[in-house]
Amino acid sequence: MNELAITVIGRDRPGIVADVAEVLARLGANLTDSTMTRLRGHFAMTLICVGPAAADVEAALAPLAAEGQLLATVRAVTPDGQTAPGGEPYVMAVHGADRMGIVAAMTRVLTDAGGNVTDLSTRLTGSLYVVVAEVELPPGSADEVAGRLTRTAAELGVGVSLRPADTDLL
Amino acid sequence: MTAEEYAGLGGWTPEKLDVPGAVRPVVAAPDPVLSRPGPAVDPTSAEVVQLAADLVATMRVSPGCVGLAAPQVGVSAQVFAVDVTGHPKAVTVHGAFVLCNATVVEASRWKAGREGCMSVPDLTGDVKRASRLVVEGVLPGSGDPVRLVTDGFEARALQHEIDHCAGLLFLDRVAGAHAVYQRKVYL
Repeated sequence: MNELAITVIGRDRPGIVADVAEVLARLGANLTDSTMTRLRGHFAMTLICVGPAAADVEAALAPLAAEGQLLATVRAVTPDGQTAPGGEPYVMAVHGADRMGIVAAMTRVLTDAGGNVTDLSTRLTGSLYVVVAEVELPPGSADEVAGRLTRTAAELGVGVSLRPADTDLL
Repeated sequence: MTAEEYAGLGGWTPEKLDVPGAVRPVVAAPDPVLSRPGPAVDPTSAEVVQLAADLVATMRVSPGCVGLAAPQVGVSAQVFAVDVTGHPKAVTVHGAFVLCNATVVEASRWKAGREGCMSVPDLTGDVKRASRLVVEGVLPGSGDPVRLVTDGFEARALQHEIDHCAGLLFLDRVAGAHAVYQRKVYL
């Protein structure tokens, strides 16, 4: 079986998820991990599925993109995406006046410290820019990383907090 | 609300400040005053008494506002007003009050809930807060120390305002990358 990475992006309208999922179901492509959101009114979906050849899926999705409102891409990927958690989970929150390079500078600090960003979202509302990232940090490194983040945030004129991600095992 | 819990405020009301409150403009993020820890204040100073009255006045004219901290009116200081009276989620209710230099001394029964903030008008976020809380602080005017035991929504409001006084927004405490939401506006 092929593992496929599919992205669908474009002008939002009701029914895109149903349309894409229907195409995949018809082809016998099993939808595994997926995420979908609206970004400033644009539909954005990324998913992994297991099923037929990439070319077949791309051809089947083509009619959805026919009016030029949606762009769907299909790419075969190697099914080695299961990575063990690489460290301790933390949540980084950054907020402040919007300017160029906030995500670049802050995530570079995390990367240089051996951290791995596993989830990230940003919001721009008025002049307020908000970044929330989930990150795995090398054990015992959080205090030092927090210090570096604080210094970089000060240079950018924004605020930052780094807190352990809560996991409740029930 | 039991009489014993109410005794925490000793019958204090904002009217005991004995100065009329003025409505002040509310500042919004990214104003840096919201990210700056506020200093402790002298609760008996005329300036703090006036600030306390102004916070209550501003809170009362702001629809849906259940708490307002000094940084939200542009003053970096550990003073905030809370009033969850009549709120459907509130259990214990201490009425309208203002606390100075407040600290959390006991927190338990953590629960997630969605919060908004007048200073972050376009976003909401999921934040875990203690639903049982003991807070100590001092009253503006008299400077009397108080110990409030509360729960549920009032506890959440107190933690949100104490965070403001420490230069923290709810955005600093959201649960994860997908725990911030664009506020829905129905007009």
